[in-house]
Amino acid sequence: MADLRVNIGGLEFKNPVTTASGTFGNGEEFEDFFDLDLLGGMFVKGMTLEPREGNDYPRMAETASGMLNAVGLQNKGVDHFIKEIYPRIKHFDTHIIPNINGSTVEDYIEVAEKLNEIETIPAIELNISCPNVKAGGMLFGTSCPSAIAVTEAVRKAYDKVLIVKLSPNVTDIAEIAKGVEGAGADSVSLINTLLGMAVDAEKRKSVLSTVTGGLSGPAVKPVALRMVWQVYNAVKIPVFGIGGIMNATDAVEFMLAGAAAVQVGTANFIDPQIPVKIIKGIENYLERHHFDSVSELTGAMEI
Amino acid sequence: MSKIIADHVVVEVRYPVNDSFIITLRSPVDIPDILPGNFAEIQIENTTGVFLRRPFSILDVDYESRMISFFIKIIGKGTKKLGEAKRGDKVSLIYPLGNSFSLPEPGKKVLIVGGGSGIAPFVLLGRNLKSNNNDVTFLIGGKSKKDVLVSSLFSGFGKVLTTTEDGSAGEKGFVTGHSLFKSGNIHFDKIYSCGPEPMMKAIGKIANRNGIDCEVSLENMMACGFGACLCCVTETIEGNKRVCKEGPVFNVNYLKWRI
Ligand SMILES: Cc1cc2nc3c(=O)[nH]c(=O)nc-3n(C[C@H](O)[C@H](O)[C@H](O)COP(=O)(O)OP(=O)(O)OC[C@H]3O[C@@H](n4cnc5c(N)ncnc54)[C@H](O)[C@@H]3O)c2cc1C
Ligand SMILES: Cc1cc2nc3c(=O)[nH]c(=O)nc-3n(C[C@H](O)[C@H](O)[C@H](O)COP(=O)(O)O)c2cc1C
Ligand code: FES
Repeated sequence: MADLRVNIGGLEFKNPVTTASGTFGNGEEFEDFFDLDLLGGMFVKGMTLEPREGNDYPRMAETASGMLNAVGLQNKGVDHFIKEIYPRIKHFDTHIIPNINGSTVEDYIEVAEKLNEIETIPAIELNISCPNVKAGGMLFGTSCPSAIAVTEAVRKAYDKVLIVKLSPNVTDIAEIAKGVEGAGADSVSLINTLLGMAVDAEKRKSVLSTVTGGLSGPAVKPVALRMVWQVYNAVKIPVFGIGGIMNATDAVEFMLAGAAAVQVGTANFIDPQIPVKIIKGIENYLERHHFDSVSELTGAMEI
Repeated sequence: MSKIIADHVVVEVRYPVNDSFIITLRSPVDIPDILPGNFAEIQIENTTGVFLRRPFSILDVDYESRMISFFIKIIGKGTKKLGEAKRGDKVSLIYPLGNSFSLPEPGKKVLIVGGGSGIAPFVLLGRNLKSNNNDVTFLIGGKSKKDVLVSSLFSGFGKVLTTTEDGSAGEKGFVTGHSLFKSGNIHFDKIYSCGPEPMMKAIGKIANRNGIDCEVSLENMMACGFGACLCCVTETIEGNKRVCKEGPVFNVNYLKWRI
């Protein structure tokens, strides 16, 4: 059997399949459907320093092969995560990776410092790409200097593996990836959702309470693949590929385009068992194509 | 609560009225306990524009023959396609999801008010209330006679009253205008409601005015249905809550409804 392990900034994942932040709750909702220990890792719901109520309902619109969301980082704050949620989920034998958010650089630093104290949390994902909040969020990720500034600041406050999640709502994602690599990121993950909107013609009304929201699902996959490939060619640090992965073939495509590992997002809503099916499917693919290790797939696309 | 995710086999699709159907499916495994108000997420494949699963309240279950059924009103792409299902087709279901209606003390008098596709949870609720020795009255509203035909589903569990907007069956008007509410003193200990939101709000208002406990079942737009995405929230006195997980059934006074 092929070796499924992958290494991200010195941290070993038992396989390259992880779940994307905001699409997997805190994992608990999925215990009914499969053994979470099988996952390479899980990126839990985005958290902030203080509790947030998120945006008003409606927060969701279905689109052609995808969906728009405007959840807006509803969460009870990092302290609640550490005290209440993490003790309930830490028994899972998989990497639990918090996704951190802030309105200011100081917010990010404080959240990172608190998580740095938790010995068994091996990594954090710095979300500088949320399109659904008014302050901070994507604003950090859409300009190179601010992406560098927040990454540098968090790097100083956090000793373990630092993954920076990039926004696709930029002109040149490779430049930003290079910037955060230089600022000390151990890995980058991409893409977050693409800014979009939906209109209800009959009601002559915007569908989302926020008017605009983040597009995800198969609709974004070609854009995500292109960006993963561009970033892979621009940086040396490993890349998490994200965007519309619905099955093992999609996951393999991302790895061939340059991803070292993948995150499965919106697909979890339609088939909550999809992560395990993808792991099995990748194993199958490696066998059929005679690979010894899954890491051989990374960037193996021929032109 | 253990959950099922599995392909079910369509046994029957029948149309009691032309815009709504009852679909019955057989589960490949034993069906876990289903409580009144629980719903399922149904996957509707190969349908342009349908990407996410669709939530539907569970109409009825037969544990012995592993049958589960739904009452579905055709309102768009997904419901239309599901209504075309043929005997033997496979359909993926996830259930039971959400919370359920709470039962009052035995002997208490209850009123159940619904309209449109909102009547689906009332079969299981009616049956449970009956075995709990409650005195049950159903009040079902619709535009015209054909919309309230389904009220016959409840005749075994209590008294059934109807209203229609055109007066073709029962009393003429909306459910909230029924003479039941006009007597000034309404003798119910509990009211349940499911249907269009304006109707539930109006019923909630009547309940509050008369000091009667009232539970409603919400139908917010959902992406996952099992608590993972936070898309379906409703405002409550304790902040935003997930309709698919902490709901769909809420006490009206827990919601931030201005009624
Ligand atoms: C917990 C729960 C239980 C439900 N139980 C039942 C049931 O027992 N029987 C039944 O017939 N229906 C029920 N519904 C509603 C049902 O889920 C929708 O009618 C269905 O998803 C519509 O799918 P569609 O593809 O046909 O419509 P689409 O083509 O997706 O939509 C058609 C139109 O209806 C609107 N719409 C779709 N869903 C909703 C919604 N939930 N609220 C408001 N507007 C909406 C859309 O915005 C669009 O304008 C329930 C919903 C929830 C959340
Ligand atoms: C409902 C929803 C909530 C999300 N919340 C977050 C979040 O809190 N933090 C974050 O970094 N990304 C969040 N995302 C983005 C996903 O993690 C992922 O980057 C994106 O959806 C693209 O992948 P997909 O097409 O596989 O879903 C969210 C996505 C969805 C659909
Ligand atoms: S629909 Fe996803 S949390 Fe309720």
